[in-house]
Amino acid sequence: MSGLAILIPIALGMGGLGLAVFFWAMKNGQFDDLDGAANRVLIDDEEDAL
Amino acid sequence: MTAPATIAADTAQELVDTRFTVPGMRCAGCIAKIERGLAEVDGVESARVNFSAKRVAVRHTKSLSEDHLTQALLELGFEAQAAAVNPLAEDDRESKALLRALAVAGFGMMNIMLLSVSIWAGAGGATREMFHWLSGLIALPVIAYAGRPFFSSALMALRYRRTNMDVPISIGVLLATGLSMYETLYGGGHAYFESAVMLLFFLLAGRALDSMMRNKMRAGIGSLLGRMGRSASVFQGDGSLSRIPADELEPGMLMLVASGEALAADGVIEQGSGAIDNAMLTGESAPQTVARDSAVHAGAINLLDPLQVRITAAASDTAIAEIARLMDEAGQSRSRYVRIADRAARLYAPAVHSLSALAFAGWMIAGAGWHQSLVIAIAVLIITCPCAMGLAVPAAQVVASNALIKRGVLVKDGSALERLAEVDTALFDKTGTLTLGEARADVEDLSEAERAIGLALAQQSRHPLSKGLARSLGLAKTAPAVLSDVSEVGGAGVYARCGGVDVALEKPAGAVSAMAVSLRIGDETKLIRFTDQMRADAGDTVSRLGTLGITSAIMSGDRQDAVDEMGRALEIEGQGNMLPAEKLERLYAMKAAGRLPLMVGDGLNDGPALAAAHASIAPGTASDASQQAADAVFLGEKLMPVVDAIRVARRTMVIVRQNFGFAIGYNVLAVPLALAGLVTPLIAAIAMSLSSVVVVANSLRLARAAK
Repeated sequence: MSGLAILIPIALGMGGLGLAVFFWAMKNGQFDDLDGAANRVLIDDEEDAL
Repeated sequence: MTAPATIAADTAQELVDTRFTVPGMRCAGCIAKIERGLAEVDGVESARVNFSAKRVAVRHTKSLSEDHLTQALLELGFEAQAAAVNPLAEDDRESKALLRALAVAGFGMMNIMLLSVSIWAGAGGATREMFHWLSGLIALPVIAYAGRPFFSSALMALRYRRTNMDVPISIGVLLATGLSMYETLYGGGHAYFESAVMLLFFLLAGRALDSMMRNKMRAGIGSLLGRMGRSASVFQGDGSLSRIPADELEPGMLMLVASGEALAADGVIEQGSGAIDNAMLTGESAPQTVARDSAVHAGAINLLDPLQVRITAAASDTAIAEIARLMDEAGQSRSRYVRIADRAARLYAPAVHSLSALAFAGWMIAGAGWHQSLVIAIAVLIITCPCAMGLAVPAAQVVASNALIKRGVLVKDGSALERLAEVDTALFDKTGTLTLGEARADVEDLSEAERAIGLALAQQSRHPLSKGLARSLGLAKTAPAVLSDVSEVGGAGVYARCGGVDVALEKPAGAVSAMAVSLRIGDETKLIRFTDQMRADAGDTVSRLGTLGITSAIMSGDRQDAVDEMGRALEIEGQGNMLPAEKLERLYAMKAAGRLPLMVGDGLNDGPALAAAHASIAPGTASDASQQAADAVFLGEKLMPVVDAIRVARRTMVIVRQNFGFAIGYNVLAVPLALAGLVTPLIAAIAMSLSSVVVVANSLRLARAAK
């Protein structure tokens, strides 16, 4: 029983943390442009130097 | 907070955000080019591309005008159009709210499941009671948050004395939560928290899928009045010019329309002559020659010399605004269409409610006591709650629309797919729909040198015929020649020197049809004719539609003889010289006769017909307004996507019916168990997830069927 008192809050806390991170990511527009994010990887940064 | 005085002090330096729609961006290179190119423009602080929405947000000083930025984008090689503040914000908010609710429901479901599994595994006594309390503490806020979309929609329906899918869901969830709370308080054996939360999770998944599909399709579609000139240069009493916004223009004013500018109001030309591009209004690709006393309409673009136009109708009285109004009215009739999920709910909801009421009454009469009767009644409600039904339609439609995107068809929403599956007649517009809608030059008999010079000259001009020639020669893999001393004379042509010889691409001498230019090299001239070619697979498309049981016809605003010629080539009947209102009338007549017409058209003149038809498809080259009115948009030069869209839509409806059949079959099996009082929370949870998985798996078969 004493183990549960520690483990359950940990499980809930980790789940809650995941949820909080998801909300944060959504508010910051991380999911606004998924196709763009996939394409931006391919942009060549070297071009600036030319 | 900044004091207002300091803001006023440097308004010119104040930063503002402007959004542009840039339909032409296709790859990572485009993103880099636009962002870097715009950042180099004076006064631009930053530019950020949203690739999914084909949009770029520019932060710039107020002194930099929209026109400057559009021009800058054009120089980078992208056609752009300033967009309204954020037309997608409304849809976007809805889909974000659903995603948040889904995340919360998922979090709640996982944690409550964790506790429930230990109870099912045999935890008893104090442990079970504690777990019930914990589950309740998690479930109450989760249900309050994640259930809102359903509760508000159910309330709305009840307020209008109707019922929809959300009414049984809300009642089921609320009753299950209430009963579980009661069980927890009095130390009962069964709590249904996990079933209530799981139900919300699966249903929210269906809703979120549906809403994301709609957003994806709507992104990038501009607004109707965006194309119309937003302001005009008007002559004041003293002969000076001043810029007046479109909605403050009045009949009788004299406006000056510069080359390349869009007209902001209807009017009659008072001075000047030249050509206008009326594609926005009529869908015709050939420029229309205009002279003194010609009537011109808002939305047309002046291609050549400046024109002085006396305004006859402005703002909401213009022809384009009239068409927008017609479209609006025609669209109303379509909103009466009831989606299949709601049709099912109309039958389903009363059946479920009376069944659980009967269960309660039956067990009461049998002498089971009100507590046990209520538990059984709620078990009936939960197990019949349309989990599989809520997923049946959106899951199939999302898979189908993703498969269609790969074939170049964008279907706007689920209701469009349902209506596309039902059509029995196809009506085609001619120009731009059965044909490519752009002037293609006949370059067969030009020599290699002539082609190179022609291409180099054509690239210098933005005249539609020059663009057409450049495109045709580009397709023929020509490399442009090197020119010097290039000059363009509005209304005449492009002149240059090439290898010591005078060359020109100019208006043909004498009376030749408008669709031709003459290429002059030294003393030799050659006439290049343009035609608007029929889409290569138009004939195949019509015959394939025939095998699907759909009869085709042409309905065009073009001349009757041109329509007849096209009709003979495709072996279908056609009617020409039709006004937008006449097309609308014919559609209404067909609908009254019980037919379900599909309209395929591109011009703004097809807009009302597209909005009124049972279902409609527009090519990607269509005017913005038509794309907005249509249910689906197809890209590319082929017409076959129209057939694909109908085929996949029909296949989708087959899958949806299978899903419904499965959901009903599952209820037929599960309901007797629930009625007999044998359904525990464990059985309810297993049955619910199993039925959802089967429905989703069945829908995934569509991805293969669409190939």
